[in-house]
Amino acid sequence: MTDPLLKVRGLKIGATIYPPGEKARDIEIVHGVDFDLAPGKVLGLIGESGAGKSTIGLASMAYGRGGVEITGGSVEVNGRDILQSGIRDVRRLRGAEVTYVSQSAAASFNPAKKIMEQVTEAAILQGKFGRKDAEARAVELFAKLGLPDPENIGQRYPHQVSGGQLQRCMTALALCPEPDLVVFDEPTTALDVTTQIDVLAAIKDAIRDTGVAALYITHDLAVVAQVSDHIMVLRMGEMVEYGTVDQIINSPQEEYTQALVSVRSIDHEEKQPTTNPVLKVEGITARYKGTSFDVLKNINVELYPGQTLAVVGESGSGKSTLARVITGLLPPSAGKITFDGRELTPDLPTRPLEDLRELQMIYQMADTAMNPRQTVGTIIGRPLEFYFGLKGAEKQKRIQELLDEIELGTGFQDRYPAELSGGQKQRVCIARALAAKPKLIICDEVTSALDPLVADGILKLLLNLQKIEDVAYLFITHDLATVRAISDSIAVMYQGEVVRYGPKSQVMSPPFDDYTDLLLSSVPEMKLGWLEEVLASRKMESAGN
Amino acid sequence: MHPILKLVAQRVALGILLLFAASILIFAGTSILPGDVAQQILGQSATPEALENLRRELGLNEPPVSRYFSWLGGVLQGDLGTALTNGRDIAESLGSRLSNTLFLAFWAAVISVPLAIFLGLLAVRYKDRWPDKLISAVTLTTISIPEFMIGYILVYWVSIQLGWFPSVAILNDSMSLGQKLNAIAIPVMVLTLVVLAHMMRMTRAAILNVMQSAYIETAELKGMPMLKIIRKHAFPNAIAPIVNVVMINLAYLVVGVVVVEVVFAYPGMGQYLVDHVAKRDIPVVQACGLIFAAVYIGLNLVADIVSILANPRLRHPK
Amino acid sequence: MRIPVAALIGLFFTSLFFLMAIFAPLIAPYGMAEVVGDVWEPPSDQFMLGTDNIGRDLLSRMIYGGQTTIFIATAATALSFITGSVLGFFAAVSGGWIDQAISRFVDLIMSIPSLIFALVVLSVMPTTVTILVVLMGLLDSTRVFRLARAVAVDITVMDYVEAARLRGEKTAWIIFREILPNALSPLVAEMGLRFIFAVLFVSTLSFLGLGVQPPQADWGGIVKENKEGINYGIAAALYPAYAIAVLCISINLVADWVLNRTTSLKGGRG
Repeated sequence: MTDPLLKVRGLKIGATIYPPGEKARDIEIVHGVDFDLAPGKVLGLIGESGAGKSTIGLASMAYGRGGVEITGGSVEVNGRDILQSGIRDVRRLRGAEVTYVSQSAAASFNPAKKIMEQVTEAAILQGKFGRKDAEARAVELFAKLGLPDPENIGQRYPHQVSGGQLQRCMTALALCPEPDLVVFDEPTTALDVTTQIDVLAAIKDAIRDTGVAALYITHDLAVVAQVSDHIMVLRMGEMVEYGTVDQIINSPQEEYTQALVSVRSIDHEEKQPTTNPVLKVEGITARYKGTSFDVLKNINVELYPGQTLAVVGESGSGKSTLARVITGLLPPSAGKITFDGRELTPDLPTRPLEDLRELQMIYQMADTAMNPRQTVGTIIGRPLEFYFGLKGAEKQKRIQELLDEIELGTGFQDRYPAELSGGQKQRVCIARALAAKPKLIICDEVTSALDPLVADGILKLLLNLQKIEDVAYLFITHDLATVRAISDSIAVMYQGEVVRYGPKSQVMSPPFDDYTDLLLSSVPEMKLGWLEEVLASRKMESAGN
Repeated sequence: MHPILKLVAQRVALGILLLFAASILIFAGTSILPGDVAQQILGQSATPEALENLRRELGLNEPPVSRYFSWLGGVLQGDLGTALTNGRDIAESLGSRLSNTLFLAFWAAVISVPLAIFLGLLAVRYKDRWPDKLISAVTLTTISIPEFMIGYILVYWVSIQLGWFPSVAILNDSMSLGQKLNAIAIPVMVLTLVVLAHMMRMTRAAILNVMQSAYIETAELKGMPMLKIIRKHAFPNAIAPIVNVVMINLAYLVVGVVVVEVVFAYPGMGQYLVDHVAKRDIPVVQACGLIFAAVYIGLNLVADIVSILANPRLRHPK
Repeated sequence: MRIPVAALIGLFFTSLFFLMAIFAPLIAPYGMAEVVGDVWEPPSDQFMLGTDNIGRDLLSRMIYGGQTTIFIATAATALSFITGSVLGFFAAVSGGWIDQAISRFVDLIMSIPSLIFALVVLSVMPTTVTILVVLMGLLDSTRVFRLARAVAVDITVMDYVEAARLRGEKTAWIIFREILPNALSPLVAEMGLRFIFAVLFVSTLSFLGLGVQPPQADWGGIVKENKEGINYGIAAALYPAYAIAVLCISINLVADWVLNRTTSLKGGRG
């Protein structure tokens, strides 16, 4: 039985917080965590935001970011407790035995220096390689990680390569000094879905080839299931469950773990199209003022009352632009939109109040979607005043009814948005939209910024409300799993065009067009070996072509 | 052509345009404002003939646009006009005064710039601890007092009570460098104190901004010692913002010089300008105003160009 | 609501000065231009700060001077604030060429240092209080414009402003109920800084002989009148310096507090 490479016992970490209007306080954010990591193995650290995963990852390098301090316990790397070592020893450890890949490579690279210099810096500094050897090794790693033009890409500056490429460069940076352990801190979270899978595969290959041990930190259980040997589930600074990947994914013991595993497996019976659509988009083409190309090209979709049309696509596909055209913020250059039987004027200022009322919108970031100086009561109450002229006790009653509908109880009316959690904020935005008694709500990536469990809660709420209020949703998202859960019909968008459209069952079954195929296969599934399957099938396809 | 050259050229062109527009503004400020200029100069008891003579001399009877262009034409050829009060050629009178002002500004800059950067670094190194707070408190005090008052406070304590340096700054060509420096010691101290406060605050902010970037953390996680990080990673990215700060504050120095020269009766352009404003000597005011504006615009232009050149995204486009 | 010590000190002295300015005639022991003693008498029971270069009571001159300085600075600040904010909001909300035109014009005015500009204008205009207030107010409104516009632009792109537009709210409602409440705190803090600048500026102009004219007292003028005394070790000219320093530091402390207090409402990120 080999000695563990990393041995963490009773790790306690504290931080200083600054609550508004009070003095700064010290609190504990990690409450005594234990785990081992054997050489060459991958441990996935999974949890929602605030669970402490990044903090623990950085602690394995004896580092605390921004006012965070390790207050107790031991962290042994190769037999030495680094928490007891002097700063010199810790510096010898960093960049040589333990290295780090951050979430945002774009911010982590010095914009004024070439990539090669930064990738080889640690290896040279720690005396692992001379310059020539380090650079040769870097080029090798670039090739292994699938970067284009590996011989020369090091001569570029960080802003001259794409996000996915830069993330791979950062991985090369971490692997160049031949470390024993690499800490991957949410390396693919900031990337597009289709890029994610390539980078994930590249990382997995690199780990296997170099035999390095790794801590893989993420909030996405499906992703971590593809790369790890063991998984540790964290919640609020404490370990909830620990086991092999097989155990965690297929037979989770704790309730919290079970909830994480079953995320987005909501099922939803598909509704059939009825006769009169509540929204009909015909031949919509649009472009932004002063640009020379169309952002939307000949879009044709329909949405039926009380149903959900999911509009899926990656960044740049035009899905959010479609929402702006429908709401009248961006007049189209061609085509027309019919809402509930009447044609919508292309421009927002010319629309009658009734049209404005029946078409509502919910945004991705609930933080910026609410005026921070208005109370929850004011935010929900304004549409009631504005559209229905409700006042006084009647208005209060209706506000409370809405608060009940969104599953927030009493006592919320006088709170400010800053005092609410992410999920609660989004619920208030939903209530604000419902207050207008709309026929159609456009949901623009409303769950994308939320933790998986919270997002699930919001989706369930939306489905419920749809049943009660008989409201239609135009659900914009890049997340296919959400689409499966919530939609009746789907439109897949790519570079301003609808490449696939129809009822959910039709769209999600083969034969697929190229793009939909790529998209569908890029969403990690909660199953072991999924990554290998996808890569294999892609190889087969390109071989077959 | 490299896109960055295009940007720099655009910025320079804009600067020149701005200078022209400023010259129009200065000219307009003295010629088009309501109130009879001749009356203002000669006062209530002037005779109608005297007023008419002055008007003709100042060319006030010509339309403003042609007056502007003849003035501008002169300036571009180096002719700044003649002073009303003593009939002397302005360009000649300005010659030695301009070099005196630059002498004063130069020494103030030479002392304040390194000091500001040093204090800024110190404040960042001991952020939120007592050196930082002390520096903050002192600079807060100096920016809360007008320069001329700082001047008199220093004169009172340093010159009169302690007798270290003279209280007026008389210069003439026969003085050696050492004697000249002795004469301008207190004025330089005043200017330094004023500019130092602003410069140090801005330098601190610029350095802090760089030190809090993610790539500094990356370097730390590579096991690099702090001094090396500052040298290799922070410094190259901090130079541009710091130069920017210095340039902006040097522009600010231009204005401070005016007041300090009056306080210490220093024979520079600032005092020249103020004297002639009181005497309502318009040609002098226009000429001096234009020169000060040109220096100010020029320094801000250099600051902008440095920012452009230092941006790696612009130097190495995709 | 707990007020930090620094802000309390700031509030205390600021109110002290303003009260002194308002009730000057009631507080000052002697008249503003009354000659009551010998030239440059040292401080005594009769004259708390001594006398000035003509023999007037320095304390009374300081109090009246404070009234003049504070009054002019307040008026100029009010003017610069209103002009700058209205134009700034208008430019931000209008966008397009209107925004560009106003911004370029403001850039032009700001390309000449304020003191130089003021000197140029004052070389042809009479130096009355009205002219001083208008000149300072308009010159300074450029800085307020820049800030107001930047703040308004930041807010206008927020989703909650768009949500209000989509609801069908009128522009006036959006400006007053959505934008303004969020723009207030940085603007109020800035107002404090503009006031300080106005105090320094008017003192400088008076010192140069181009501001408030004698016998009216103003702190800058008092320095000018008494500066000869410095050479004889007479500290009369230094009192205005101390007064201005205390006033400006106090306002700075209050402005800092306002800025910190209202940012924390948004979520306490320290």
